[in-house]
Amino acid sequence: MATRLKDTDVVVVGMGAVGGVAVLPLTQGGLNVVGLEAGTWLTKRDFAPDELRNNLRGWPMAVQKANREAPTVRPNGSAKAVQGGQPMMNGVGGTTLHYWAQHWRLNPWDFKVVSETTRRYGAARIPTGSTVEDWPFGYDELEPYYDKVEYEVGVSGQAGNISGRIDPRGNPFEGPRRREYPMAALRWTGFLDKMAGAARSLGWHPFPGPAGINTKSYQNRSGCMYHGFCNTGGCHVDAKNSTAVTTIPRAQATGRLQVVTRATVTSIEVDGEGRVTGVTYVTDGQEYFQPAKVVMVASYVYENVRLLLLSKSKAYPNGLSNNHGQVGRHYLSHHQAAGVTALFPFDLKAWYGLPAQGVAVDNWADDNFDHSRLDFIGGGNLWVYSDRRPIGAASMSTFGLAPTWGSGWKAFIKQNADRSNSAYLQKTTLPYEDNYLDLDPEVRDPLGRPVVRITGEWKENERRIAAFVQDKMEQWYRAAGAIQIQRAPVGGTMPATTHAYGGTRMGDNAATNVVDRWGFSHEAPNLGVLGASVMGTSGAHNPTHTIQALAWRTAEHLLKNWKGIAREAK
Amino acid sequence: MADEHLRILTRRDLLRVAGAVGAAAVARPGVIDHVEARQVAAGAGTATRTREAFEHLTAAEADLVEAIAERLIPTDSNGPGAREARVVRYIDRALGGALAASRQAYAAGLPALDRYAQSSHGRGFLQLAPADQDAVLSACEKGEATGFAGAASFFAMVLAHTRQGMFGDPYYGGNVNFVGWDLIGYPGVRTMVTAADQKALEADRLRPNHKSAYDFDTFTKASARVSEPGNHGQVAAGHFDSEGGQFHGD
Repeated sequence: MATRLKDTDVVVVGMGAVGGVAVLPLTQGGLNVVGLEAGTWLTKRDFAPDELRNNLRGWPMAVQKANREAPTVRPNGSAKAVQGGQPMMNGVGGTTLHYWAQHWRLNPWDFKVVSETTRRYGAARIPTGSTVEDWPFGYDELEPYYDKVEYEVGVSGQAGNISGRIDPRGNPFEGPRRREYPMAALRWTGFLDKMAGAARSLGWHPFPGPAGINTKSYQNRSGCMYHGFCNTGGCHVDAKNSTAVTTIPRAQATGRLQVVTRATVTSIEVDGEGRVTGVTYVTDGQEYFQPAKVVMVASYVYENVRLLLLSKSKAYPNGLSNNHGQVGRHYLSHHQAAGVTALFPFDLKAWYGLPAQGVAVDNWADDNFDHSRLDFIGGGNLWVYSDRRPIGAASMSTFGLAPTWGSGWKAFIKQNADRSNSAYLQKTTLPYEDNYLDLDPEVRDPLGRPVVRITGEWKENERRIAAFVQDKMEQWYRAAGAIQIQRAPVGGTMPATTHAYGGTRMGDNAATNVVDRWGFSHEAPNLGVLGASVMGTSGAHNPTHTIQALAWRTAEHLLKNWKGIAREAK
Repeated sequence: MADEHLRILTRRDLLRVAGAVGAAAVARPGVIDHVEARQVAAGAGTATRTREAFEHLTAAEADLVEAIAERLIPTDSNGPGAREARVVRYIDRALGGALAASRQAYAAGLPALDRYAQSSHGRGFLQLAPADQDAVLSACEKGEATGFAGAASFFAMVLAHTRQGMFGDPYYGGNVNFVGWDLIGYPGVRTMVTAADQKALEADRLRPNHKSAYDFDTFTKASARVSEPGNHGQVAAGHFDSEGGQFHGD
């Protein structure tokens, strides 16, 4: 029997990228909040610059709850699903502890894929089988919240479009922003300068990408030290804007946030009317019930969907907020694979730096170029960054120029370990009818509960984008002097990924979406959902900034409508 | 006494020992090769070869691992190799911790490789000339070692672990005297790289600092020996780039 705890206004499940942000406006607005987190607090002392531990042995993901309930994966409904790894981590701050911290806004086109494609090229250009919808609002609606997050958590970058005025130092394709970033962009290296020059020689528009990383002292946190262990590593000087060092401590300072660590939430409870009443969680084998007037689910896409599907009740026999059968639908995993690797005839001096420190080109992203004569919609962001560590460097491709071991190999890496670069190409990915999440019929976690099963593969539109942007990337590398190019395959099965979307999609139509335009359930009115599970399109850029802006907006909506949503006069 | 030979010699240790026994170790600042270090540590003139005390590998297994690693990353005109880096010590320690899931693969694969050397070349692997050892390894790599099922995956595993021992942080027992990092020109773990440092690197003026992550006492030491469940030192499928194990984070 679960121990019943003291009532609270709001319980937030997950103190990561989005839960960690939402608690700030909620507590500053006067609400009492309990934040439940499966992991623990980590500090600067935990973030050693240790390639073996961080990058090869999968710390800090390896010992986490998320890893013990990693999704199973299969390409389609007739294949057997196999459990793989889990790239996300538990901990106060969640994956914002070890992420790359690229902090992009989406392009305005990403909000209006259906209507804009139809207007410019005709409705027939929407890929067959795609369930894509326009977002229920446009970029302009989210702009104030993007701005809020940039200043509240600290984002560095170079503006490209301030209220319609184009600044050629920034991204000329970005949606209009109201003001500059609070900090200048991360610095470039000689190699990045060279790549930028090569892009300009092609007539493209290179610019530094936005990062959730300080470039000067900001809000009492240090600027970046560029030491090279940001990738799958936490920050040893708190320059990275993890919610553990930004919004969560400020929410705690209000006295209205209680963070409970090592809490694994097992179900969301519901009353006879279909309203949620709180959550049940387990810690140290003990079960607790945390009653709340409003529940906000803020774990990762896989866990958000799983928790809803596992929370069955009389009102919701197929899982919470799933009476329309939409929980788990419209799933997509960002097409981040299909990279391009180049070999140069000179050292790149890339031993230090970080993956958010780089040069971007958006000429071939979204609908920034004419697709009339192309056989796909959308595009990709080209990203060249400075990031290298010794084991990874020594494990480089030999491009068929040398053996993979022995004296010949040793001579090759002695010369070339600092001469290769791999581009990161993020591509528009759409939802399709037959890509979805559900509960695995066989694989269970240590508590005996089914894990999520991913059924998904990248379709023709996404594979065509991949081949197209690989061509562009190869052109760019060659313009900078590359002598060898290797391309990864254009993609098949969607793996468990750091960029998962959908499963509780946001939209006005309750028949095809789980949450409304504010992020609250169409079915259980006091259930909010935060995170990329509400997103219906990926765009060609990292999701964190968008989901934090959405989280702030959902929290603000709750504050403004507390009486109606919580059914309480306050 | 043997233990004294076998410690990871940090720069700090070397400077301390050098101070005690003379100037040998500082004659070439920052460049102290393994033999020299052992001489220094043991006192002058006793650089005789001594078997290390292994924790997980048997003596016979350790000899084979060492001989294989020595062919994968040989000592040659490009400098020290797996032997000087003590790759075998890295693998031995890791098999009791993060790589524990691979222990059985070593126990089965090493004698299988030795049997294949015997059947194909008439001698055990240790008795073969380097060129014949390479032929044995090459057959394993291609999965063409008759009678050795799983040779290709065994080879790939040992190669990956050998690289880890050669180029990983010396904290884990390999990369002794930073020979791996010096080979590829990695200037070392730092906690701060200023714009001036980057400019110095680009002008070939940044000297290797020869530091382990855990030479900085601001970090809690990693548990090198405790097995981390659910991962076993293998990269999880899907979220690592096939090229060079890059994590596609955010």
